[in-house]
Amino acid sequence: MKQKLKSYNTQTYLAYALIAPAALYIVLIVAWPLLETIRLSFTNSSLAGEDYVGFENYQKMLSSKKFNGIVTRTFVWMFFSVSLKLIIGLIGAVLLNANLKGRSIFRVLVMPPWVVPIAIGMLGWLWLYNGYFGIIAGVGMRTGILDGPFGFLAYKQSAFISTIIADVWVGTPMVTVFFLAAMQGVPRDLYEAAYCDGASRWDRFFKITLPQITPVIITMSLLSAIWTFNSFEIIWILTEGGPRGATTTLIIDTYKQALGNYKFGRGAARAVVVMILLTLFAGFYLALLARINKKISHE
Amino acid sequence: MNKYNTFEKILIYSGILVFMTFILLPFVEMFYASLRPLDHLFRSPYQFYSDDLSFWAYREMWNTVPMLGRYIFNSFFLATSVAVITLIFVIPAAYSYARFKFPAKNTSLYVLLAINMFSGAVLLIPLYKVLRTFGLLNSYQAMIVPGVAFLIPTSIWLLKSYFEKIPIDLEEAAFVDGASRVQILRHIIAPLSTPGLVVVGIYAFIGAYAQQFLFAITFNQKKEYMPIPSGLYEFIGYQSVKWNEMMAASLVGIAPVFISFYFFTKIYC
Repeated sequence: MKQKLKSYNTQTYLAYALIAPAALYIVLIVAWPLLETIRLSFTNSSLAGEDYVGFENYQKMLSSKKFNGIVTRTFVWMFFSVSLKLIIGLIGAVLLNANLKGRSIFRVLVMPPWVVPIAIGMLGWLWLYNGYFGIIAGVGMRTGILDGPFGFLAYKQSAFISTIIADVWVGTPMVTVFFLAAMQGVPRDLYEAAYCDGASRWDRFFKITLPQITPVIITMSLLSAIWTFNSFEIIWILTEGGPRGATTTLIIDTYKQALGNYKFGRGAARAVVVMILLTLFAGFYLALLARINKKISHE
Repeated sequence: MNKYNTFEKILIYSGILVFMTFILLPFVEMFYASLRPLDHLFRSPYQFYSDDLSFWAYREMWNTVPMLGRYIFNSFFLATSVAVITLIFVIPAAYSYARFKFPAKNTSLYVLLAINMFSGAVLLIPLYKVLRTFGLLNSYQAMIVPGVAFLIPTSIWLLKSYFEKIPIDLEEAAFVDGASRVQILRHIIAPLSTPGLVVVGIYAFIGAYAQQFLFAITFNQKKEYMPIPSGLYEFIGYQSVKWNEMMAASLVGIAPVFISFYFFTKIYC
């Protein structure tokens, strides 16, 4: 009987056969295109055809001032967006973790920006940001902060900030939900012991909650960094990378080059830069995850 | 220790109010705009009050954009197809990860996670070329095929955790008693994992709904296959934008997402 059972759980060929369809699909639609992108980056591929051009795309790209500006901008944009998501998410989680009436409703009500298609949420933001008729400009005008209509997406600096805020709006719910879940996982007796020892609410937060949820905070910062870096639709819908390139991040630039101008080769070179950066992020993330998992299994 | 005094309560509730305003303001404004007549919306500075709110925009929008119904159907159809196809690929794979030990199991699981990080935007160039070569541009498939690929990794992780919760003793007992693998799958796994399948299905549906825009603007130019996120742009006219109808159509267009999200919270939370 043991023999029979053993055969039930160790049929490697069956295990592989069950995974094969999904694996094949991913190889075909994700892995192979990744390699093809690398190949294309060494060609001048366009709708007309392609020739091998060596490192020309890379040389042109790296020597252009514009591209360097785009890379810097991408990281600045990302830095602000991710930090804000984490800070607001943490504050939101603390608020929703308070044992008050209505918190279960609020916990569901945080999720819509995360669940609704970004493309549609952004239409709402387009309306909010409208310089003449939007509510933000309206409040500004009525309180006297603005002395007239102000198109938030029409000026370089305000467009940069506005796209960050919209991105924070999309990303915060998930961060909040994960932080909340982590906070609820903190053993209650820790708090009770601290309470008996006379620790204030403030102390309990900084000395118990925060250290206990640090792994989740680190994981979420990496994950949001990755998603923020990948963020395309938000900027594309709000500004298409404008005005005058002020919100053009790497992803937007890649898309514009490749599918706006159909310069696949040039676009692919940019996509390779994106891939390299993403691989670095992903490496960090997975290494971290493996460490956390190890720690958990040791305990 | 969890009692708050009145001052603390006020502080927390006002914090929640600010936080929720940030999160919900776009939706509230979308809904409010959809109820207001267009000439009220086009007043500067912004008017907080309209006295003739109506659902007029919800009727008129079908005339302004005659294909609107089709776009909403397309979105629904695309998301459903993607979710179903994703499940077909994911169920056996997740089961295998949950039940078998085999070489490279953990590595491949992490590779799956890593794949999640390469968003569509990076892969669009070769995908565009592939779809063009196979003549799949401007079709439903152009949006379904890449959509499935990006949902497989997370879905496998999700479903795997559901399968792992089913006690293996049940399967082993049935196996020792002479049940075949197919019978075990049908009579033990399938019924016990239904909630998990529903959750993963809804996850895939919502995810598929969300990613339509990128694939639609890149791989599809035919109106008859256009999903709602890109269809909404037809409310933007030469002269002005019909904001109230656009917002009404947006809200109607995402109704399927809200409905499935509602069921998701019912099962999951």
